[in-house]
Amino acid sequence: MKIVIIGNGMVSYKFCEKIISKLSAQAAEIVVFGEEPRPAYDRVHLSEFFAGKTADDLLMAPADWYASNHITLHLGDPVQQIDRNTKTVHSYKGITEAYDYLVIATGSSAFVPPIPGVDKKGVFIYRTIEDLELMRDYAPKAKRGVVIGGGLLGLEAAKALLDLGISDTHVIEFAPRLMPRQIDESGSRILEQQLKQLGLQVHTNKNTSEVIGEDTITGLQFADESILEADMLVISAGIKPRDELAKLSGLETGHRGGIVVNEYLQTTDPEIYAIGECALYHGMIYGLVAPGYEMAEVVATHIAGEAQQKTFTGFDMSTKLKLIGVDVASFGDPFVPAETSRSIVFEDTMKGVYKRISITNDGKYLLGGILIGDADAYNMLLQTSKNKVILPPNPEDVLLGARGGSQEAGPGVLGLPDDAIICSCESVSKGAICTAVEAGNETLDAVKKCTKAGTCCGGCTPMVKDLITGTMKAQGKYIRNVICEHFAYSRQELYDLIRIKDVRSFDEALDHYGHGDGCEVCKPVVASIMASLWNDMILDKGNDVVQDSNDRFLANIQKGGTYSVVPRIPGGEITPAKLLVIAQVALKYNLYTKITGGQRIDLFGAHLSDLPDIWEELIAAGFESGHAYGKALRTVKSCVGSTWCRFGLHDSVSFAIQIEERYRGLRAPHKIKSAVSGCIRECAEAQSKDFGIIATEKGWNLYVGGNGGSKPQHAILLAADLDSETCIRYIDRFLMFYIKTADPLTRTATWLNKLDGGITYLRNVLVNDSLGIAEELEKEMQALVDKYKCEWKEVVDNPELRKRFNHFVNAPGAKDPTVKFDTMREQKKAAEWK
Amino acid sequence: MSTAISTNTTVEWFYACNVIDVPPNGGVCVKYDDVQIALFRFARRDAWYATQNMCPHRQQMALSRGMTGTHDGEPKVACPFHKKTFSLEDGRCLSDETECSLTTYPVRVENEKVYIGIMQEA
Ligand SMILES: Cc1cc2nc3c(=O)[nH]c(=O)nc-3n(C[C@H](O)[C@H](O)[C@H](O)COP(=O)(O)OP(=O)(O)OC[C@H]3O[C@@H](n4cnc5c(N)ncnc54)[C@H](O)[C@@H]3O)c2cc1C
Ligand code: SF4
Ligand code: FES
Repeated sequence: MKIVIIGNGMVSYKFCEKIISKLSAQAAEIVVFGEEPRPAYDRVHLSEFFAGKTADDLLMAPADWYASNHITLHLGDPVQQIDRNTKTVHSYKGITEAYDYLVIATGSSAFVPPIPGVDKKGVFIYRTIEDLELMRDYAPKAKRGVVIGGGLLGLEAAKALLDLGISDTHVIEFAPRLMPRQIDESGSRILEQQLKQLGLQVHTNKNTSEVIGEDTITGLQFADESILEADMLVISAGIKPRDELAKLSGLETGHRGGIVVNEYLQTTDPEIYAIGECALYHGMIYGLVAPGYEMAEVVATHIAGEAQQKTFTGFDMSTKLKLIGVDVASFGDPFVPAETSRSIVFEDTMKGVYKRISITNDGKYLLGGILIGDADAYNMLLQTSKNKVILPPNPEDVLLGARGGSQEAGPGVLGLPDDAIICSCESVSKGAICTAVEAGNETLDAVKKCTKAGTCCGGCTPMVKDLITGTMKAQGKYIRNVICEHFAYSRQELYDLIRIKDVRSFDEALDHYGHGDGCEVCKPVVASIMASLWNDMILDKGNDVVQDSNDRFLANIQKGGTYSVVPRIPGGEITPAKLLVIAQVALKYNLYTKITGGQRIDLFGAHLSDLPDIWEELIAAGFESGHAYGKALRTVKSCVGSTWCRFGLHDSVSFAIQIEERYRGLRAPHKIKSAVSGCIRECAEAQSKDFGIIATEKGWNLYVGGNGGSKPQHAILLAADLDSETCIRYIDRFLMFYIKTADPLTRTATWLNKLDGGITYLRNVLVNDSLGIAEELEKEMQALVDKYKCEWKEVVDNPELRKRFNHFVNAPGAKDPTVKFDTMREQKKAAEWK
Repeated sequence: MSTAISTNTTVEWFYACNVIDVPPNGGVCVKYDDVQIALFRFARRDAWYATQNMCPHRQQMALSRGMTGTHDGEPKVACPFHKKTFSLEDGRCLSDETECSLTTYPVRVENEKVYIGIMQEA
């Protein structure tokens, strides 16, 4: 049997993979023609090309995969003609191949509307690696980028322009709202708001009438006479199935494009199949990869003549937008008419979250929905609707319970039936995954290898992970993260052991609970636990050498090997006299100065041997260590608050100073940041902090588990309208509970996300004292607060410790001669490293 | 890698510092003319190691300030910049096969004084 495949895209590749697993190499001869110069690659993750992935990284399989599976692959050689009488195809390079079965998998191309001027320089489409290479080369010249099309792909393209460094990027949508096919009016409004914050300007209701410019684009002209200047344009106005070859050979095609197929994906010639984005089934083109893979499976079983024949009966078109920085997802049928369903809407315009689900009138089943701003629950909801899982008595729980990672609402992924499809790209069921885990595949990688789940779009990995832990727990296995080869305990276990045995040095910990010499993983963990428990001077008792390098020298190491110095400036409030001291020290020791994001001043470029002298001067002027080097409380930012601000409800600065001074020097599993805002305008950005406080008419709202940085996350309200004293008691409990139970190097946000029961559980423990430990937590915190001392003062006053701050042991005071600086804007900077 | 000393090389032992100058289970940087050498003391196993102070990754004079430890019993140091780890026995990079190896030096301790051996061509 000879099978010829036209096109080597994602679906073609998947078909090859499936057919060779069903037929032996002898039984079938397989020939593939691809028009693109490289073998099939992952178009779904095309945009990652701009995030550093190479064309090779994106390949579905290396070029030699085809040869080693006896597949003949002709690249850069499109098929130009199908001769159905002789059952042969003819390629551009002159190859003629006969076939028994022909599979057309030619995908689609970008649809370019017939607007005058689209052929100008600076106009691009977004479909292939070559398109992206062209964009990448052109982007440095462009100041303003525009994308025509506010759908799924258009928004992804717009994000790509931002990533290419074009900060002034606009999206033009013809319809009155964004993503008109997936989401509703209110959802679009919220999405638009969120995109604005990312720096994308959105224009809806805009009909582009011309691309203007000589031979290079200079702008867009719209039907309403307005003009938008631009020097780069990406058109993403939809897709056009590549049906030209089929049309030419007399196969039936739809009048709006697409090769007509039946439920076996046969075209009007039963020996010719069409699969993927070029196929038109029941008047519909399936522009997603998962239905394409399903089509590949159906055709493979058909050709292989398997006993159990499959048919294609349509496919769920649920989607989640990746990459853009705002979660957007729709699942099931997002537009069920009101007569046949009820809908539940959750909207938080301040946070930019909009969720709407439709449920049956009897409240039993989930039909579909839309999630904007927070789509964590997407997979779960999708499976709940697809598998017709019966909803909990209060269906709104499936929406609201998803906050803060709470698993309490509904039975979670473990409650799904065994045949529920978890990985829709690869059609892997829950049962298959659990069986794999039971057979001993207990890591994500092992499950991926064994079942292929999670190997395509990756969207199901959180559910797969939950299934792994769930299955292992059900088998009575105890799951814990041991620290490293030297300590067979989790951080929480070690914390308890060190406390109970009153361990005060790393060597003691190793003697009692570990073996070997320790390493760069366990040393800082033990050091941090001891610091959190005892608040002893961290450089004492031989513990200096087990501190992370920054803690060991009480400063942050920077490029070139010099250090930066950050004195504490509580709440960001500083007197002019103290500012003067900082300036004098910086001048004297030739330091680069910069205001930090945490409202203090960072002094860079200090030689190791200068550190004690610098601190001696700072301490004399009343400064103390800012612990910028430690996994410890960093800053408590504040807005100006009621002392000056006309909106201020309370004095946010005084409260921030009080809090910063209370928790200064507190060592924790990771750094801790905080902020206090004087009113709901939130100028101090308290909701992006590990704990944040916002003034209300009646007191303070306390938020916990927020994060800025690389994985931003809003903090969640723990308790509202607290008086100052209660607020501090709750913070005591929160921080102490976090310190005692978090894994090493886990920020509060991640800790809370992983906490069983999420915010509901945390609130029960901290506010309702469900474990009866609140008083103990407060006491432990008070003991740490009482023991606080400035570490730098202790070093400055101790000649033995001061000695450790030398570059050369045999030439004290001598500076590292290899340290080099350059100059920039009248200050020094570290010489660039190689 | 062979550490055997062939007949036409001799080792010059130079005095680096005293035992008490080096923190137990830590490192210091020793100046030998224009060369910077990182010296490590494994107090728990009473062993000493010396390597070049420069981390080959970004050419930073930093290894003496790195954290020491073992991996399957093999002594190692982690660079404070990007945590690449190097064997103190033969200098090879343990966390990245493509990284260059460190030069290592023999160490001798006599009467609480620490000496580092430098190969000399005869
Ligand atoms: C930027 C971007 C993001 C996307 N994101 C998602 C997403 O998040 N989720 C999702 O499900 N889908 C997504 N898609 C859609 C997904 O990539 C497609 O559904 C999928 O690639 C379709 O596969 P295919 O094999 O049918 O077509 P293609 O991957 O387009 O492959 C068809 C191949 O056939 C070749 N060809 C055409 N004519 C001939 C000929 N005559 N001879 C030889 N070769 C020919 C073409 O050059 C092409 O290489 C995205 C697409 C893009 C462009
Ligand atoms: S948060 Fe409120 S009180 Fe504070 S500065 Fe902003 S507007 Fe003023
Ligand atoms: S400089 Fe040493 S690991 Fe990068």
